[in-house]
Parts: sequence; structure tokens; C-alpha cells
Amino acid sequence: MSDLRELYQQVILDHNRKPRNFGDLDGANRFAHGDNPLCGDKIQVLLKVDGDNIVQDVKFKGSGCAISTASASLMTEAIKGKTVVAALGLFDLFHEMVTSDLPEHELDPSLGKLGVFYGVREFPVRVKCASLSWHTVHAALTDSDAVVSTEA
Amino acid sequence: MMTTPFDVVAVRGDFPVLGRKIYGKDLVYLDSAASAQKPSQVLDAQRAFDATTYSNIHRGVHRLSQDATVAYEAARKKIAAFLGAPSEHEIVLTSGTTEAINLVTQSWGRSTLGPDDEVVITWMEHHSNIVPWQLVAEQTGCTLRVVPIDDRGELDLDAARKLIGPRTRMVAFAHVSNALGTINPVSELVALAKAHGALTLLDGAQAVPHVKVDVAALGCDFYAFSGHKLFGPSGTGALWGRRKLLDSMPPWKGGGDMILSVSFDGTRYNSVPHKFEAGTPNISGIVGLGAAIDYLGGLDLDAAFAHEEALVHHATESLLALGKIRIIGTAKNKASVVSFVTEGIHPHDMGTILDQEGVAVRAGHHCAQPVMESFGIPATTRASFAFYNTHDDVDRLVTAVRTALEIFG
Ligand SMILES: Cc1ncc(COP(=O)(O)O)c(C=O)c1O
Repeated sequence: MSDLRELYQQVILDHNRKPRNFGDLDGANRFAHGDNPLCGDKIQVLLKVDGDNIVQDVKFKGSGCAISTASASLMTEAIKGKTVVAALGLFDLFHEMVTSDLPEHELDPSLGKLGVFYGVREFPVRVKCASLSWHTVHAALTDSDAVVSTEA
Repeated sequence: MMTTPFDVVAVRGDFPVLGRKIYGKDLVYLDSAASAQKPSQVLDAQRAFDATTYSNIHRGVHRLSQDATVAYEAARKKIAAFLGAPSEHEIVLTSGTTEAINLVTQSWGRSTLGPDDEVVITWMEHHSNIVPWQLVAEQTGCTLRVVPIDDRGELDLDAARKLIGPRTRMVAFAHVSNALGTINPVSELVALAKAHGALTLLDGAQAVPHVKVDVAALGCDFYAFSGHKLFGPSGTGALWGRRKLLDSMPPWKGGGDMILSVSFDGTRYNSVPHKFEAGTPNISGIVGLGAAIDYLGGLDLDAAFAHEEALVHHATESLLALGKIRIIGTAKNKASVVSFVTEGIHPHDMGTILDQEGVAVRAGHHCAQPVMESFGIPATTRASFAFYNTHDDVDRLVTAVRTALEIFG
């Protein structure tokens, strides 16, 4: 039960219930689709990146479990206004957090609220749910029109 | 019909894995529709075979190979009797339902279908009874027609009457649906197919563990099932087909065992069923499947199935009593599956929470994405029952679902 409360923290439940930056984005110039064929999660990330390589706006669409929805929602909040390089840096930090043995107190402070996903590593099959939106945005920022799959 | 009570405690003793703890809690295994657990009788039979008799089959002059062949062929006879097949020559041993269906699509389908022909399947098929037909449709130019389902998860028979017609060459459908539990009206569909001279293939993967199957009475032309859903080993299964059909069908895989003689002037094929069994099969697995059928033969199956029905009823009523739960698949005639969705909780999250409580269920689309599409949902949580489950298991499931509802507030 304590592991479950660790996984389903209030922040995650809240972002699942009321996802931020959800919907269409007019004038988007970077896109990617993400699929988790094992559970049917589907996500689309749309970004508006300006001439200075700053993420002016970002939205996501799709359907998924609480972990993937909340992760997508928090991802959009985290990268909005950041440079592409900084957003990709957050991708690396997030990836490390959910896949490595790094103790919680050594998490990079720039992860901020994203730290709520620390507990996901205790649920190996759910790591993919938490990472789907990050892999998708990574694809969108490094290779537009990309499709990613957690089973690739 | 009166049945004696089923002795579930005694039966559970036969399934060692059911004694396992998951996160310190007694395992509640509600995923038998994905794969059923194996009794000691199967595990022991396989081990004994491997320890005393194992060798390659159909090709040895030596004693061990002869004994192995006898054991392997004995399993084929058991499967024939289990399905009510007139002869064991009509039983092609396969790696499972998927391979059995692909055999029909690639051998019968590819050699007989053409651009004017139609194959009818249904919206509730497992992907393994969809994709092989799509492949053969691409290869032959035939058209695939799909019978819709209603909001209870029953086939729309009026639509079926319109879809099945003079162009129909094959009607292929699940005997029992894996995602919904629906037991389909085989006799109506077989009669419709026959009226138009079409053949029928039944996907029996979910039927063999939960209903009595007699292919002669069903009137179909092909019947496919998997050993691992029948308390036997994975990588085993069978296709039953009418002898005349099997005789007329070309081989679909080439290799050892399926030939009489090989020469560069021309190869002669073995007779059925061996014509369809190229390569060394899962020998001890098939022996294990024979043992699983023996095991079932020692049970009171009427009582076992009545017990399963009571579990499904109990689970359905108790889940609905929690509120916020919608059961997907409410067919009148239903076997052993309770698929559900919960307002505000994705099945994947439900699956994780149940798992933490020691309750193993399947969460997802159950390899039946069209079913999900027709209900307008991405996935369900599916609890599936076998005779070794108890009413206590149902209570544990319901308690765990209540926990999920609490967490998600
Ligand atoms: C209705 C149905 N058909 C076919 C299959 C495929 O069986 P297998 O993977 O054993 O070939 C399954 C298994 O999930 C099933 O439930």
C-alpha cells in the first residue's frame, strides 16, 4: 500500500484528472506520436519552437493511464519556455530518475515537480507509461514527424 | 440440472503455483484466459516423459524413439476424443490456436480463395483470427466481411444473415470471446454458412476450458485451440479438420516429417495429419497436453463449470455494487470472464493496484482491439476464472478494486 501511495501521489492524481496543456496547438511546428502497444496508450505531442530554439508552447493529446497522462501533463509544464537543449537535458534527467538506482536525495533539483515520478521505478512495467511522453517529445525535438513506440 | 458441489479445495491442491505469495499476500490468479496454470499431473507427466522416454519422434529405429512416438501419438488420440473428432488422423498438432488458424488461412485459404470470394469473421475476434485472414485477403484478393456486435457483446445475427451469402466461402469466429466471455451461437452461424455452401472455422481457444466441445455436434469444419489455456503447456495446440478437407489441402510449411520422399525430381508429401506437421514439434509439451486432458477427464466438469458460473455471477454482482463500474460484455450466454471499466481509473492503473494486492488480472485490449473500438474504450480490466478459483478470490478482487476507487478518490 505504501508503494502504491508513492506511485499515485496527489500531484499525479491531480494532473490525471485535470491534464494541463491538453488539446490542439495552432501553429505547431514540431510533432510526434507515441504508442505503447502493450496497454494501448496513445499520445501526440505538439510544439511551437521559435527561431531562438525556445519552446514557446507545447500541448499533448491522446488517452492513457494516470501515469502516462500525468507525466505528459507535467512534461508540458516543465519544458514550456525552455530552450530545446534544456528540454532535452530534462529528458535525460527524467530517464535517469525512472530507470537508475539513484537515491532520491541525489535527484537533480532542476527536475522539480517531476520528482513525483521517482516511485515509478518500483513498478518496472509502468516505467514505460511514465516515459512515453518524454520519448515522444524527444522524438519531436530531434526529428520532426517521428513516431515512437515503447516496444521499438 | 442438479450437480454435486465442486471440491475446489482438493483441486487447488493440484496446482502448486496457487500456493505462491505475491508481495507477501496469497496469490489470487484471475488471468487464466491469458494462460491457465498447470496441475502437478501435467508437470509430472512432462518430467517423467523427459526423464525416461524423450527422444525425437517418427524417425528412430531405436527403442527410445519408438516409445516417444507412442506417447506423442497417444496424446493425439486423447485430443481427438476430447474434441469428439471421429479420428485422430483429423488432428493436426500445432504450437497453438494461432498456428492452427494460420494453417487454414495459408493452406486452404491461399489455395482456394480468389477475388470473387468472401470470408466472414466478427468484430469480437482475437487478433489471431483477424490478421491471418487479412494476410490471405492481400494474397488472394478475397474480401473480408465483419459481423458487428451489439452493446451487450453479442453478435448481430440479423447483420450476419445479410453478410453471409453466395460469395461467402468461410465463416470464421470465436466459439467463446476472450475479451467479453460471450458464448457465440454456433449452430445458427454454422447453419447460415452451410446454407450458402461456406465452411466454418471455430476459434476454440477460450471455449475448451469452459464448455464441453463436440465437433461432430457443432457441425463446424475446423476447430482450433491452445494447450496453455487448457491447463497444459504453452507452445502446444491443435487443429481439428474434416478428413476430406485436410486431404485436399496443400502443405503450408515444408520440412522434415511432412514428406514421404524428397527428390529434386519431385517431393511426395506425407498423409494427413503429418503433411501439416513439418519439423520437430514440442514433443514433451504435447505429451503434457495429453496429461492435461487426462486430468480434466478425472474431474466432474459439469460441477466445475457450474462453479465457474457462480464465480462469474458473484464477481459481476459485487463489482456492480461498488458503483462506478461498467461491465463490458453482458451476453446472456457467457463464460468465465468479467471485463470491466471504471469511471476515472484507467485499466492499466487498476491492474497495478490489483497486482499490489496480490490479484493478477489482465489490463489492456486483450488482443481484440476491434472489440475495444466497438465499445468506444481503449482497454478493460479483465478478471478471468478457472475452476480452481474460489469465492474468496472474488472477494479479494472486489476489495482490491475498492482500494483502487479509494486511491483515485
Ligand atoms: C479467443 C482466442 N483466440 C486465439 C488466441 C491465441 O492463442 P495462442 O496465442 O495460444 O495461439 C487466444 C489467446 O489469447 C484467444 O483468447
